[in-house]
Amino acid sequence: MKKTFFLVSFMICLTGFGEPEADMILNKLDKNMSSRNRIFESEMIIKGRRTTRTITSVSYSVGLKQSFTEYLSPARDKGTKMLKLEKQLWIYSPSTDRIIQISGHMLRQSVMGSDLSYEDMMDDRKLTDLYSAKVVGNEILDGRNTYVLELTARVEDVAYHKQKIWVDSERFVPLKQEMFARSGQLLKRTTLSDVRQVQGRWFPMKIVYKDMLKDGDGTEFRMINVKFDQEIPDHIFTKAALKQ
Amino acid sequence: MIRFLFKGIIRDKSRSLLPVIVVALGVFLTVFMSGFMKGVFSEAVDLNAKFTTGHVKILTRAYAENEGQLPNDLALLDVKKLMSQLTSGYPDMEWVERIHTGGLLDVPDSQGETMGQGQAVGTAVNLLSPGSGEVERMNLQKSLVKGLLPAKQGEALISDDFAERFGVAPGDEVTLFGSTMNGSMMFQTFIVSGTLRFGSTMLDRGAIFMDILDAQTALDMSDGASEVLGYFKDGVYDDMKAQQVQNSFNTRYSNESDEFSPVMSRLVEQEGFGDYLKLADNASAIMVSVFIFAMSIVLWNTGLLGGLRRYSEFGIRLALGEEKKHIYKTTIYEALLIGTIGSVIGTAIGLGAAYYMQSHGLDMSAFIGNVGMMLPSVYRAEVTPSLFFIGFFPGLIATVLGSALAGFAIYKRRTSQLFHELEV
Repeated sequence: MKKTFFLVSFMICLTGFGEPEADMILNKLDKNMSSRNRIFESEMIIKGRRTTRTITSVSYSVGLKQSFTEYLSPARDKGTKMLKLEKQLWIYSPSTDRIIQISGHMLRQSVMGSDLSYEDMMDDRKLTDLYSAKVVGNEILDGRNTYVLELTARVEDVAYHKQKIWVDSERFVPLKQEMFARSGQLLKRTTLSDVRQVQGRWFPMKIVYKDMLKDGDGTEFRMINVKFDQEIPDHIFTKAALKQ
Repeated sequence: MIRFLFKGIIRDKSRSLLPVIVVALGVFLTVFMSGFMKGVFSEAVDLNAKFTTGHVKILTRAYAENEGQLPNDLALLDVKKLMSQLTSGYPDMEWVERIHTGGLLDVPDSQGETMGQGQAVGTAVNLLSPGSGEVERMNLQKSLVKGLLPAKQGEALISDDFAERFGVAPGDEVTLFGSTMNGSMMFQTFIVSGTLRFGSTMLDRGAIFMDILDAQTALDMSDGASEVLGYFKDGVYDDMKAQQVQNSFNTRYSNESDEFSPVMSRLVEQEGFGDYLKLADNASAIMVSVFIFAMSIVLWNTGLLGGLRRYSEFGIRLALGEEKKHIYKTTIYEALLIGTIGSVIGTAIGLGAAYYMQSHGLDMSAFIGNVGMMLPSVYRAEVTPSLFFIGFFPGLIATVLGSALAGFAIYKRRTSQLFHELEV
């Protein structure tokens, strides 16, 4: 009896060492992707059926609850600013000098015609807080070994009921992500690449978002410059900063 | 003889009262329901044609595939050139350009921040060019509840329900927030010149009407439009003519391999309108057929009951030497008179009720939810010349048919039996 117990325990330990626990993978992934604060300049290339547009912006964010984005180009969007505080989102338009609060179904609308919705931008809570995860396999993606994780929502107010994530098994950054509705329909696919080391952490500098329900080739999001853990003045995250 | 029969009908109420009531009731229902259905169908088709479908509609092929999403990134461009081609190529029709957009209508407070907001459907039409006909076509002047029609760029009309909900009055500012044709954020502030109520739940829920030039500027759609609608100049939809225009236009201007080339569709091809119009055309015929069938059975029964009651009378008339054929004929004449009286009464009451429903209507707004088709919230009847005879002849036919069927019993009557019955 004792022998059988030790044998089973040994087998469990072996399995545990070979395949890290899903929560541990997610924690490592969150450590790379989340930070105390960050400032990044980016360009968003939106490929539509008729035209392709490039929008540049600079974003400041503190933790998960505060973020501020200012659009720098093209001329029509220059000076448009977005402020997110907790679960609220405001947009400032310089042409009308108005601050508009975005709520309700508008949060599901596309941001600047991209494949990203306001909801996608808002929901940047840690994956470990939202989903229960399990490792469902290993795959090689673009020459990198990955853990394939299946995530199922454990809270109600989440945009996607299920997700499948391919996590680089060495660097612990996501390389591919698929988001599903409760019905099982694939809604969005994200491909992350150009992984670089920034201030001691691995970070994907290029992300391609594809809304699977929309025509077009998706939206390419390129980081031009990323800085973590900077000194960001508090006044940036106020409505007054929108009109400045 | 007619006078004699008429006296009989008047004096012997039990012979005529029930059939007259039955016929009058049936005719009343036919006349009233025909007028009511005609009114509802016509109003719904007319409302949709004026606001959304036109008699013919031109979209890009790509826009047509996803029309419900109002995809202005796939809208028509070079619209001035297209309009000039349409005006010269199809002079029997009036052509108008429209833009539809969805978004948030935001009401600012004194600091310019959001005080209230709601979902809105924006419709841009040619409001400011004299002679565009859009103000009359969309009945904007009569639908005004407060304020005035826009007189210059930057002014807009909003639905009165929205204005009431957020305390917006003419002269106040509202901002429409959505996406431009290229996907950028669209912010456009308008001064509310007036508020509207159309009597259609879909339109009254949250709508903003603006001039097409304002929309083109706001949505970055210079020389663009969501759609071009065509209307026959007499205002009446003619499917044959529409088909000719459609075939000619699509052959000349539409290209299957170019998703941004224009394509024309007819009213009947849009949003299940074909079935709807067929149903409208057949509704009266179906009702009249059902009425004749049902009334004939009822009147046949009434005739049989009358026949039983007048069993002895027929027997005595036969004994007095009257021919069976003559008795049958007089029964038919009687039915004709009863049918005429019942039909006249039924038509008069039916027309009266239809007139009442034409002027007062029936408010169904509480029962109309989220429907794709634009439906009037107040349903009205339409009194047309056909209502004067649509119930009359079926009423007459049903009475005669019922009596003719019941009257066959006369031929089974035996004089010899009568004396036996009289002894009893």
